[in-house]
Amino acid sequence: MMDIHRVQVGKMRRAWLVSLLLLVVAVIVMLISLNTGTIRLSPLRVLYTLFGMGTRQEQLILFDYRLPRILITMLAGIGIGVAGAVLQGTSRNSLADPGVLGIHAGAGLGLIVYVSFFRTLEGSSAIWIPVFTFVGGVVTATIIFLLAYDRRRGLLPIRLILVGIAIAAGISAITLLLSLRLDEDTYTFTATWLAGSVWARDWLHVWALLPWIVLLVPWVYWRSPKLDLFALGDELALGVGGYVNRSRIELMLLAVALSCASVAMVGSIGFIGLAAPHIARRLTGAKHQYFLPAAALLGLVILLGADTIGRSIFQPNFIPAGVVVSAIGGPYFLYLLLKSRF
Amino acid sequence: MVRRYNRTLKLTGWFVAATAGLLLSVFFAVSYGAKELTLPAVWSAVFHYDAASTADQIIYNLRLPRVLGAVLTGMAFAVAGAIMQGVTRNPMADTGILGINAGSSLVVALSFAFLPALSYTGLMALSFVGAALATLLIVVLGAATPGGLSSMKLTVAGAIIAAMLHSLSTGVALYYDLSQDLAFWYAGGVGGIGWNQLKLLAPIILLTILWTITLGRPITFLSLGEESAVNLGVRVRLIKVLAMTAVVILAGVSVSAAGAISFIGLVVPHMARRLIGVDYRVVIPFSALLGAILLVWADLASRMVQPPREFAIGAMVAIVGVPFFLVLARREGREL
Repeated sequence: MMDIHRVQVGKMRRAWLVSLLLLVVAVIVMLISLNTGTIRLSPLRVLYTLFGMGTRQEQLILFDYRLPRILITMLAGIGIGVAGAVLQGTSRNSLADPGVLGIHAGAGLGLIVYVSFFRTLEGSSAIWIPVFTFVGGVVTATIIFLLAYDRRRGLLPIRLILVGIAIAAGISAITLLLSLRLDEDTYTFTATWLAGSVWARDWLHVWALLPWIVLLVPWVYWRSPKLDLFALGDELALGVGGYVNRSRIELMLLAVALSCASVAMVGSIGFIGLAAPHIARRLTGAKHQYFLPAAALLGLVILLGADTIGRSIFQPNFIPAGVVVSAIGGPYFLYLLLKSRF
Repeated sequence: MVRRYNRTLKLTGWFVAATAGLLLSVFFAVSYGAKELTLPAVWSAVFHYDAASTADQIIYNLRLPRVLGAVLTGMAFAVAGAIMQGVTRNPMADTGILGINAGSSLVVALSFAFLPALSYTGLMALSFVGAALATLLIVVLGAATPGGLSSMKLTVAGAIIAAMLHSLSTGVALYYDLSQDLAFWYAGGVGGIGWNQLKLLAPIILLTILWTITLGRPITFLSLGEESAVNLGVRVRLIKVLAMTAVVILAGVSVSAAGAISFIGLVVPHMARRLIGVDYRVVIPFSALLGAILLVWADLASRMVQPPREFAIGAMVAIVGVPFFLVLARREGREL
């Protein structure tokens, strides 16, 4: 009995340590990110400016250009990381990511529909793009849910994945058909978005994304014991006394909302939703209560780091964060997976 | 005895029907298009070619090679998909997880960027090399780890490497401002196939398909599970390597000729198995026929929707294939 207790405490301490370490890393990456750009700002100047003691130019750079973009990147990183963890937990499939629910495909279609047909809509595109992509993602996920739902047996994870593949393929086909008719510039913007680049950079976007993350992430954390139940398998989870179907649908809806909101701001960055939970699980163990914070922080660090690299190394051109993520994260992830036996 | 006789009769019936369907589809596809031509005109163009007549020229130089190209690539994708699904015992496996599409699209992006003057045949050769290298990378990485090349590991490694290569090629395309050119290539199409390319494609694809039919028996055993295959005397590793080689040749060649339309390889084998059972000695040739028919119709549709513009054939295949696949997915879900 003592031993189990000691192991528990050890795990908890480890999880705390990992989270703390990741938090420090996140702050460092954030400072570096604030520092990089066409005009460099030293961390000290950043600090001064934050407290209102910078020059006008520094204030302009920091508050109007860098800070909103960085805040969006951080929030979206958290959202994607947590959504990936929830999807992997609920579907008991370690390869599930928001792409499985067709969110990326749907959001991409939303964008293409907007640039093809509604370009002339009143108001700036800064307002309408997130609206269209968000709706696209949610509608697609809903269609997949409905098609995967069995009246008697509820939501079956395996069917969810099969249906998801099919719908995503169909939507990509429509996206392709529409996108080939676009003119060159619009297409380049669309392709950049689809590759996953942080395009949102207004305070408006920060305020639009903030409530989703601030409200939904704690909600997911509060429901994390349910996620541990799913890991046991449906029968066992039912036996221990969980409303398997109800909690699964609730958690999946949360994941859909989180990733749709994030993807609407940073484009379809797929890899983080897959990799962040995996790495987090390796660092802190499989209990969701411990590894969810780590997954959130890892998502933040990876996305912010990738965005910083993408816009600093390839100046004056830039590389979308999504490309950087899979170019760097891919090999590492591959190494992790291949080292393990399965 | 009677049952066996019935089964043979049924198989023969299906094969005759599919062959007839293919021939009919080819004739249809050759005669309809931006300019409509009658069946007798097609007949005379093929068998009494007259260089002076415009109709004969359209048929002989433009339509016939592209329709034959659709037949060949359709066959190749379908057979490659059937083999993949049999060997990995994963009903969702298609040639995408061997990195074939992603590998060739990266090489195509690179050659658009650095070798813009490359000929169509040269591009084909390079993209085939890209496909083969990507597959080799995946297989070697999977096999070099503890536990060997399990089907699960192949799937995971394939998905990750494919995602990586895909996003690298997006990066290259965006950096060099080529993304739409690449999208056109990726969308696929058999319109670029001429007699010169056919001379190259036909022997490779047809011979490889004939060869894979001889692998049908061990692949059937493998599809029952690795352990039973070993008990039945199948040399699992050898068969896997041979089957992968065949898949790379078939899918690599057709991706390089027609773009990434491997969805056909996912759908057709399912259809074939439903119609004629799970014996890969017949599933492989039957998939070939079905795949050819499907792609010929997809090509015809892509030309007919809004002539003289052409739609992306890959999108056509997906639009036809997705509803079918959904029905299938629901059914598989019920059985699981």
